[in-house]
Amino acid sequence: MKELVVISGKGGTGKTSLTASLAALAGDAVIADCDVDAADLHLLLSPKVLKVEEFRSGREAVIRPGDCIACDVCRDVCRYDAVRPVFENGRKAHYAVDAIACEGCGVCVRFCPEHAIDFPERVCGEYRIGETRFGPMVYAQLGIGAENSGKLVSTVRKEARAIADDGNARWILVDGPPGIACPVIASITGSSLALVVVEPTLSGIHDMERVLELTRHFALPTFVCINKWELNPQMTQEIEAAALAAGVSLAGRIGYDRAVTDAQIRGLTVVEHGGRAAEDIRAVWAALADAPGAPAAPATMEV
Amino acid sequence: MIIAIASGKGGTGKTTIATNLAMCLQKPVRLLDCDVEEPNCHIFLNPDLDGGERATLPVPVIDEGLCNNCGECGRICQFNAIVSLKTKPLVFPALCHGCGGCMRVCPTGAISEEGREIGTVETGTSGHIEFVQGRLDVGQAQSPPLIRAVKRHIAEEGVTIIDCPPGTSCPVIAALKGCDYAVLVTESTPFGLHDLKLAVATVRLLHLDFGVVINRATPHDVMVREYCKKERIPVLLEIPDDRRVAEAYSRGKLIVEAVPELRESFERLCCAIISRIQHRDAAPIPCAGTTPGVS
Ligand code: SF4
Ligand code: SF4
Repeated sequence: MKELVVISGKGGTGKTSLTASLAALAGDAVIADCDVDAADLHLLLSPKVLKVEEFRSGREAVIRPGDCIACDVCRDVCRYDAVRPVFENGRKAHYAVDAIACEGCGVCVRFCPEHAIDFPERVCGEYRIGETRFGPMVYAQLGIGAENSGKLVSTVRKEARAIADDGNARWILVDGPPGIACPVIASITGSSLALVVVEPTLSGIHDMERVLELTRHFALPTFVCINKWELNPQMTQEIEAAALAAGVSLAGRIGYDRAVTDAQIRGLTVVEHGGRAAEDIRAVWAALADAPGAPAAPATMEV
Repeated sequence: MIIAIASGKGGTGKTTIATNLAMCLQKPVRLLDCDVEEPNCHIFLNPDLDGGERATLPVPVIDEGLCNNCGECGRICQFNAIVSLKTKPLVFPALCHGCGGCMRVCPTGAISEEGREIGTVETGTSGHIEFVQGRLDVGQAQSPPLIRAVKRHIAEEGVTIIDCPPGTSCPVIAALKGCDYAVLVTESTPFGLHDLKLAVATVRLLHLDFGVVINRATPHDVMVREYCKKERIPVLLEIPDDRRVAEAYSRGKLIVEAVPELRESFERLCCAIISRIQHRDAAPIPCAGTTPGVS
């Protein structure tokens, strides 16, 4: 079984549309949407939901107003400015924790002289397991303002792997998060192959270089493909040269095609909808399908 | 006056709006690039940057001579960043959130803190724009502390524009907090609409006043317009799906320079935002672009 993770230094490069098409072409894949902050893949694959699970991670401080004597200790120890006084009739009645600001460090809980602070587990989002026309799919939505998106990414990958193991799937296709921090790290550790989707822009080349540093750091076999390459043919060449110089392989170019948006509006993958870009995507898949990638190692990264 | 530019997902044109808006605002204007994982504003503004300051997060250091293996530090740490199993504690700096709990709880005073470097805050200028950006080191997992470090540069006077990271999770909250107004940038596609709804939920949670800019707008893709109408969200600006815009972006050029007729649109955007904010605050700020005669 191979695990291919599709990433891009920044969002909006067409990563999700491409992943959906690869799922259609792979035929025998478990699909995982690890872009948990802006999960869009389900809009194209319309999974039938089989299971919904709460995702809990970390804790949050909650002050019981009745037990609080407004001694200020919690406010003084909190480094995240999460504890605020609550005034009643013009005097400080008690303190309350701003759940969005609370980092869940538990320092106030430990130092409250009245033991007035509870520390329940925090629900940070949910993940769903469903069935699509191309195979099983795991996807998630991180709660607004939630943390630990790396952990949710790891959870989604773990679920996808379990399904792939059970069904002897040949591929796990991962729609990765944008950026280079915690969620991306969680989505690429222990995977077999990365595909970096780049647009031919000046910022695209910057972002690619940063994300390639990351895949190199994790010694992950990496491919680069350029999306909407005709937007700037010269930049396309520069990016390809930079990618080769960085020691990664090229998976091809995808043309600028209005059909990509039309497919999205119809809730279809580009290869189902057809068009020029669809042919380009087939070529990209052909390059990847034969690529020697490391067999997927268990997803172990906990961030 | 602090204006945040945000979007539910990346690649919608956040940076385009932030940089072009800064360009059309009158002095003093400061732009903070808080998209610290992929700071891109500099590409369009070409600021002359100083060497930058390294931003740090405090992590514990153990004085083994004072440590009596009591294990309190390991018990208070919620992030498994300090582990002590009847032994001298081991610190995993990458997991540390810098809460200071271990230092506070240590009965023998064996724990102090030192700064662990997580990224750089650079400052510079580009024409009339004062520019600040954060750049997270590759391999660092936590961006909010760096975002907070960048936000320490919010200007006391004039307008500060914040280019936020994409998404709706903790980095975005760190960037949006304390702003006066949020501009949500989206595209008129199913993905764009889905992510816009998440962004709207985020700014509503923070009780921020906000409006929407539709990028790559076409006359027939109406779904975002309809959603905004239904939700009574002002659409502040629509940027047409114009190949010249995409090409200017790809070459790292500002669209108000590449597509002159859009300059006026951006000036109107400046006015629209500023008057929304002034509606609430009293402090008057000149609401004109840099072009003479526009008011
Ligand atoms: S430390 Fe405890 S008693 Fe003191 S203000 Fe905080 S919650 Fe109230
Ligand atoms: S748990 Fe930590 S972050 Fe949350 S309120 Fe208490 S001290 Fe502040």
